Amino acid sequence: MIALLGAVAGDCVQLLSSVISSYNNLMFPTLEIKVKGETLGELPQDLYIPPDALEVYLEAFEGPLDLLLYLIRKHNLDILDIPMADLTRQYMQYVEKMRAIKLELAGDYLLMSAMLIEIKSRMLLPKPVEIAEENDPRAELVRRLMEYEAIKLAAQRLDEMDKVGDGLYVASAYYQHISQVMPPEVTLDDLAEAWRNVLKRASHFKHHKVGRSELSVREHMSIILRQLKDARMLEFTQLFDVKNDGIPKLVVCFLAILELCREGLLRITQQQAFSPIYVQIAADIKS
Amino acid sequence: MSETSNITELKNVLEVALLTSHEPLLLDDMLRLFAEKMERATLRMLLDELKQDWAERTMELVQVASGYRFQARPQYADFLARLNPERQAKYSRAVMETLAIIAYRQPVTRGDIEEIRGVAVNPNVMRQLQERDWIDVVGQREVPGRPSLYATTKHFLDDLNLRSLSELPPMEDFTQQEIPI
Repeated sequence: MIALLGAVAGDCVQLLSSVISSYNNLMFPTLEIKVKGETLGELPQDLYIPPDALEVYLEAFEGPLDLLLYLIRKHNLDILDIPMADLTRQYMQYVEKMRAIKLELAGDYLLMSAMLIEIKSRMLLPKPVEIAEENDPRAELVRRLMEYEAIKLAAQRLDEMDKVGDGLYVASAYYQHISQVMPPEVTLDDLAEAWRNVLKRASHFKHHKVGRSELSVREHMSIILRQLKDARMLEFTQLFDVKNDGIPKLVVCFLAILELCREGLLRITQQQAFSPIYVQIAADIKS
Repeated sequence: MSETSNITELKNVLEVALLTSHEPLLLDDMLRLFAEKMERATLRMLLDELKQDWAERTMELVQVASGYRFQARPQYADFLARLNPERQAKYSRAVMETLAIIAYRQPVTRGDIEEIRGVAVNPNVMRQLQERDWIDVVGQREVPGRPSLYATTKHFLDDLNLRSLSELPPMEDFTQQEIPI
């Protein structure tokens, strides 16, 4: 089998067929090989791999370097023992077959094949004596193979190392982070001043209204609470619809706010004198 | 307050801060815990003592890239793993090899990674590593196209329980015998 490898390996198709045959021999030693119903006595030398199967085998390797490394390390493959004529013919057939399917995936392998052919060609050409000591064309490939091999092993080691959440557990005791910012106090004067501003703005939108309406402080308390439940926090003036509500309604609204505040349901805050006054539900602050 | 109880209290403050912090704490973070000015040397001494105090306990005080943290001793890892039976999905070989190249050869471009692995870099691979906050872009190489240079993050070192890249297993460990020509 290794002899077979040595004989046919070189082109990526052939490299792959070597892998497949070694795999088959390993996994199914007595397996009969059938092609279109005919039993084959032995693996053909120019074993054709259907593109779908090829895809599977390519996925087992991380690329041509990985595949080549496998053949060299596990099967003592001589990367230069390449039958050139067979290889080129198969190579071209293969490119034709692969044109439509997964060419992107195969591209890296074809590049490697081309590189191997180039190295082989350069080895076959006679060299002038004076540059006989020139760099061996195989040296660069060997350097790349060995660099990749080291990285591959390093990746395995990194994978095995314990990681946070996977073999490594970090302490995280529970701690309720409490805000250090205390809301400022609001004086009665601030509230009165704000109220006067509301009235002042309301005076710009005065309407003459006929009729009477029943205004309930309780109802407005609910309205305000609902508004705040949705908005969580509102500026004091936002609670008053000065454009549409008459003064009686605005007064009721103000009374409702005071009542809610007295009952401890609202929290009214102001950062500093004359800055906006904010209203929010007291329970929201505690929770 | 006697000197001994004072030191105990200082260590307690450090202990509670380290246990409740979600991220490792730097010396500078810990200095902020104390109203009075503390020398870094004093802080280091307190941390050493705290480490000793926990020597026989289930957690250990360790130093990683982003600072100090408490973590479970390795012998309890198997028990703790049972709490979350759905183990973290393994990264593909492509992801781990890409990570290894960035860790050992940083800063590198995608081109460098492709050169070493011999295959095109799948954008998905880079995305997975960036989402994990293990790698990020640290600059551009001044060549045509100005490709991004990738490096590993502190978070990567933290997750692998390392203080610095120099604590990674040395690359020489992975170099195999010469391939005969």
